[in-house]
Parts: sequence; structure tokens; C-alpha cells
Amino acid sequence: MTVPAIELKGISKAFGPVQANKDISISVAPGTIHGIIGENGAGKSTLMSILYGFYKADKGEIWINGKKTEIPDSQAAIAAGIGMVFQHFKLVQNFTVLENIILGAEDGGLLKPSLAKARKTLAELAAEYELNVNPDAVIEEIGVGQQQRVEILKALYRQAEILILDEPTGVLTPAEADQLFRILHRLKDEGKTIILITHKLREIMEATDTVSVMRRGEMTATVKTSETSPEHLAELMVGRKVLLRVDKVPAKPGKPILEIENLRVTDDKGVERVKGINLTVRAGEILGIAGVAGNGQSELLEVLGGMRPGSGAIRLNGAPLPLSGPGSDARARRAAHVAHVPEDRQSEGLIMEFHAWENVAFGYHHDPAYQSGIFMNNAALRADTDRKIEKFDVRPADGWLAAKNFSGGNQQKIVVAREIERNPDLLLVGQPTRGVDIGAIEFIHKQIVALRDQGKAVLLVSVELEEIFGLADRIAVMFDGHIMGERLPHETNEKELGLLMAGVNGEAA
Amino acid sequence: MDKMPKWADVVLIPLISLILAAILSALVILGIGEDPVAAVNMMVSGALGSTYGWGYTLYYATNFMFTGLAVAVAFHARLFNIGGEGQAMLGGLGVALVCLYVPWPHWTIALLAACAASMLFGAIWAAIPAYLQARRGSHIVITTIMFNFIAAAFLNYMLVNVMRPVGSMDPATARFNETVHLPTLHELLAPIGINFSKAAPANVSLLVAVLACVVVWALIWRTRLGYEIRAYGHSETGALYAGISPYKITMIAMLISGALAGLMAINNVMGEAERLVLNSTEGAGFIGIAVALMGRSHPFGVFLAAILFGFLYQGGAELALWTNIPRELIVVIQALVILFTGALDNMVRMPLEKIFLALRKGNA
Repeated sequence: MTVPAIELKGISKAFGPVQANKDISISVAPGTIHGIIGENGAGKSTLMSILYGFYKADKGEIWINGKKTEIPDSQAAIAAGIGMVFQHFKLVQNFTVLENIILGAEDGGLLKPSLAKARKTLAELAAEYELNVNPDAVIEEIGVGQQQRVEILKALYRQAEILILDEPTGVLTPAEADQLFRILHRLKDEGKTIILITHKLREIMEATDTVSVMRRGEMTATVKTSETSPEHLAELMVGRKVLLRVDKVPAKPGKPILEIENLRVTDDKGVERVKGINLTVRAGEILGIAGVAGNGQSELLEVLGGMRPGSGAIRLNGAPLPLSGPGSDARARRAAHVAHVPEDRQSEGLIMEFHAWENVAFGYHHDPAYQSGIFMNNAALRADTDRKIEKFDVRPADGWLAAKNFSGGNQQKIVVAREIERNPDLLLVGQPTRGVDIGAIEFIHKQIVALRDQGKAVLLVSVELEEIFGLADRIAVMFDGHIMGERLPHETNEKELGLLMAGVNGEAA
Repeated sequence: MDKMPKWADVVLIPLISLILAAILSALVILGIGEDPVAAVNMMVSGALGSTYGWGYTLYYATNFMFTGLAVAVAFHARLFNIGGEGQAMLGGLGVALVCLYVPWPHWTIALLAACAASMLFGAIWAAIPAYLQARRGSHIVITTIMFNFIAAAFLNYMLVNVMRPVGSMDPATARFNETVHLPTLHELLAPIGINFSKAAPANVSLLVAVLACVVVWALIWRTRLGYEIRAYGHSETGALYAGISPYKITMIAMLISGALAGLMAINNVMGEAERLVLNSTEGAGFIGIAVALMGRSHPFGVFLAAILFGFLYQGGAELALWTNIPRELIVVIQALVILFTGALDNMVRMPLEKIFLALRKGNA
């Protein structure tokens, strides 16, 4: 057997009372793609941070190419041939590609020789791995997929033999993701070892040779990808059988609930983000808005939720809703029976420092049921909270806990419970399962479908195509503030949607 | 899971900070060749050893309660109101106008009117920076601090050119009428047989300040407005999501804050000086920031911190009077307390959190 490129032996790491990594051992063969999958908080990132020298393990050993190696900091990791591509790129926005690549790896005080050398190396790397990037382009002017390539090139320029990618497809279109995987395969063929961290089962199945599953800080299994299935992996991740497909009956769309006409929205910087869109959401259907993050979906949700002014017209049950000025704020929207599960539960949907019971009133704190004279009726509020906690199986079932002390999934359950239990005519949902564990995803999806089945309208914004396909009865794709087209989920596929998401109009093509 | 129990956060951290400040102060006193033990004795006996000392300590504490509450309310909306000083000056103007130009039949009615006037004037003075922040994005720290200077200059003008009695060389108003004299603690406590010092300035305003603590507590933690203020303070995007108007909350929180700072004038202007003089606030507006920080923006904490700072003020004055420790050093000691309790909070917090985590692990 060949010597493993990386071998971790009994790695343990605790943060206070939380055991983030418990006695983890893995061995990655050179020239393979090894996937690490697990839910949020399973300890994947901690493990990789230890490997890259950000954290020091409490116990355990790291062996690189058969040699025991100490990695006290990231310099040591680079020296050991490890390169990391972070989920959030660490690039200087107003530097060129070349400048970013040599940043921290300059040969001396003068830049010119370094730049010349880097230019030459870059050309070689580009030829070898088909990683083409214009070396003189400024980072902020190139696309996300290109920026990611720069990150990979940065690692290769530092002679990385082992490449770690942390959730690399989060910001990519499906087509860009496919390109990334082609690059990874190419790197593998050239003998590099790749560790791919993700929570997306599909990527693991497509790209990896072997896969390790983590759950609650422990490595629960390492299997050959060819010998497993998504269902099996999901079960290993969650510890029980989960339904990956959303179980739902065909929609019975009724009368239009929400009608959007020529809606335009500008962001805080004065840039127009929604450029005159028309949409209708009917009773008893889920309209899914697909698109790569940053194409105006967030602003669409915000303007519908009353968080931002817009122009154009929206009607709810036939009655116009103001888009700016008095009566256009979130309170008025709620009074009009529009509920909103926001994209970012930590900065919008919840006040993280508030108790769960205080958060249950958030946005609905004018509800007469929560008042008693000039004071708030906290006892009634707490009773209501206990009811919702029980119904939505929020854990731990403690209304006094601050929102920040719940896991992502349970935080989201609190938000979803608050909004759905209002029995709204229209539910706005943004990224309902971002950072939410699989078990809770299943539950939240069920709740959204149940609301639809009661004849309510749902507008779903998600960057996860899988989620759109699973939930939506009709799909609209947004690109650069425009609706590129509408499709029915059973009449389209990821490839077609991917093209629309990239701004290529399917009809014209 | 929280890193440490609440009591440690609320009690232990301020206490340790205070002890650190005290140790450092002792070293400074040693450094100039004085005896720190004697100095502490002097401070304690001067501030707490007699009803006279207590009278002054509580008088200062009353000022600090008002300004501390003012800063605390604004803090809850994540607004840093540095303008307590100017708002209190304007409050003083309001009190002077009410007391000088209206013939009140009894001090109780006069007190109510003075409360209303001081709160109104303080609130108006806070309203302008609040509006500029809420609508124009001018940073409230900058505007409130500048409004302190404007207030001082305005007060100067009023006292020198408008309100100074004819023939007087002193930039101050005439003495208020006898009927608006507020009962001192001596007068209040005499009927129940407690002989409180006659010379000390602590007066009925102390009770108003305590009442204000209770009202602010109820406002922040029991009313819908308080809920909205706290929500806005934690997350502005969250407030927008919940339909809470940032403009409205900024205005209301600053109006309440300014009103509380202005209310201080019933103590120093109406209760003590019984006329409006220049620099009547004596920096109490700034001490309020330290009081609010140390009191964790909680009215009960503000109450305790105000008494502590009252003690430091009075004890410090005694120290300057009876020892060779210069007045400036007293300011250094007060500054050390502010530094440790306010600014260096994390220095104590981090190791303490580690200790608690280790303890918990040991138990688990």
C-alpha cells in the first residue's frame, strides 16, 4: 500500500465544554479526492483548521507523506505542502490577480522580479491544469468562479501538493461548479491530493473517490464513494433515516394572492438590483426563485417584506400594497397577512441576545394578545412560546435560552414557527435551510408544504437548486435583477436552469 | 451555553475591576510619597463616616443616577449620548426659568413643574443631534459632544446678558424664591427622628432619582417601547425586519435620554444652588457615561455605580482638602476606576471566563 498523503491519528479538540473533534483518524491516499461531509457544527471546519495550523489539537498526530509533522501555524502548513481554499475568499479586491498570487510569497523587497517570476509560473500552471485567468485583471472585476481559481492558483504557486477546499460551491452556479470539479479532476490526475469539505451529498457523489462522514465531532464512517449512496450517507450524517425528497402532492393553484408588476428596487448604494420584474404567486402554490446569490433575490424579498422601498406595483389579494412611504414598513406587511422568514436569521429574523420567548414576539410585538395595559404580557408570551416550542420540536425546549444558544436548525425552527403559526396569506421564505441540519431541513420543508396545502401562497428564494426542485411548484430564475424565465420543475432540469442562472436565455439559445 | 453564570458577569467583573483600580491607585499614591491606607481611611470616613459625608455622597450620587440613566437608555438603542452635560445644563435653564418667573405656592407643585421643564429642555437639546443622526446620518457622538459646547456658550450668554440681576457682577441668576426650596434630607428625616446633617445638600431629588431608576427599568424591560429600543439596539436590520422604525426609536430613545439628563437640574440647580450658576453640572454628564458602563446599563447597576462615584467624588474632595494629595490625583483615581470598569472590561472578562469553563469541566 502506498504511503498516505495525509494521516490524522486520534485528533481531539475541545472549545470549553464543547468537544468539536473527538479522536478523529483518517488517512487520505495521494492522488485522490477525499470528501468530508457532515452537518453544520459536525466539526469539519475545526478539523481542517487544525490541519492548516489555525488551531492546535489537544491530542493527536498529523502525518504528511509518512512523516510526523507539527503544524503550529499556517506557514508551517504551506511549508508541508498544504494549500487551503476558503469558503470566503481571502483576496485583496483592488489588486490584480498577479499581485494577489504573490501576496505573502514575494521573493524580496522589490516587486518586479517576483511579478515576472509569478507571471511565468502562472502561465505554466495555466497550461498544466487548464486554469486560465488573466493575470492582469483586477479581482473585483472578475467573476466569483474566476476568483476561486485565483485562490487555487495561489495554493499551487506555493507548491501545494495537498489542496483543501471548504464548501467551494456555495457561491457558484451549477455550470461554474461543474467547471470546478473538472479542474479538481485534472489536479488529481496530475497527482495532487484534494480534500473537499461540503454538506452537499450530490457533490460528494460526483467528485470524490472516498468520503468520510462526521457527526457531532466524531468520524462516523469512511467509505468508498462508489460503494455508497446519498441515502446511506445522509443516514450516517444524521444518525437516522431521513427523507431526502420532499413528500408532496401536486399543487392546486387557486386565485392570485401576490401580483408584482414592473417592480424596481435599488440597494443602499443606489445600485438598481431589481430591474422591473413581473411575477404572480397563486394560492396553494410555492413559487421558487432560483439564482446565484446577489442577483436581486434578497432585495426582492426585502421590498416584499417591507424592509426596503421600491417602485412599481404589488397587489395582495387584489389590493395594492404601498412600496414606499407610510404603510410600506414591515409592520404594515404583517398586518396585511404577509409573513416573512428572512434570509439571514441571525441579523434579521432573530435578536440573538434575546430569550427565545422574546423572539417569538419579534415583529408581532404589537399583537394585543401580548399586551396587558401599558406593559407587555410576558406571561402570555412565554406560554405562547412553550406551545410553539413543543409543536415545532425546538431543542432544547427552554424558552429562557437566548437565541444565540440554539443551533442553527433550532433557531430557524423558532423563526418558522413564529411566521407560519400566524397563518399568513403569503409566506416569504429566504434560504430556509441555510446552515440548518438535515433533520431540521426535513421538518421545515414539511411545514412549508403544509402551509401551501392549506391554500396559502409561498414565495421561496433559495440558492440551493436542490431545494428549489424539491419544494417549488413553479420556478422563476433571476439573473442581474431580471426574471430570465419561468419553468415547471418537471419540465426542466438543472442544466437548463443553470444556463438561465448564468444569464443565458434558454429560449434565445 | 453562556460562558459564565450571570452573577459573575454582573457582580464579579465590576468588583475585580474595582479592586484592580484601587490597587493601581494605591501604587500611585505610594509613588508620590503618601500613605494609601491613610488615604483610603480618609476617603471612607470623609464620604461615609458622618451624615454630612453621606449627604454629599448622596447628593453627587443623585446627579450621577440621572445622567447614568440617560446614558443607559441611549445605550440600549446603541446610541452613545455624550451630550448629557449639555442636556443637563439646558435642564438647569428650564428649572431656573420655572423657579424665577412663576410664583409657586408650594415646593411640591414647583418640583413637578421644574421636573417637566428640565426634562423638556434636556429633551429638546437631545432632539437636534437625534434628528441629525436619524435623518442625516451625522454621528451622534460628534454632534452631542459639540452640543455640549454650544450649551455652555448659550448658558454663558443667558447668564451674562439676560438673566443676571441688575447690578450683579456674578454670571448667575438671582436666588430662587423661598417657596421653591426643596426639603433636604435633614428636613425630610427630622420628623422620623433621624438627625441628618443640616449642611449637606442631599435633598428630595434623591427620591425622584430612585423613582426614575424604577421607571426606566419598567420602561426598558416591561413595555413594548423598551422591547423595540432593545431590539433596535441589538440589530438595526432586525428592527427593519420587525417593522420597528429606526428613525422613531432613535428619536424617542434620545428624547428620553435627554430628558433624564435634564432632570438632573432639579438636584443641582433647584435642590442645592437654588440659583443657576455657570458650570452648574460640574462634569456629571460625563461621569454618567462611566456610571452607565459600570452599571451595565441596568437601572439597578446605575443606582449602585452612582453611589460608588458619589463616594469617589466626596471622598476625593475630602482627600484634597485634608492631605497633601493634590486634587489632580483624585481625578486620576476616578479615571482609573472608569478605565478599569468601562474600557478594560474584557481584560477581566476573558481570564474569568476561562476559569469558569475550567471549573465547569472539572465538575462535569
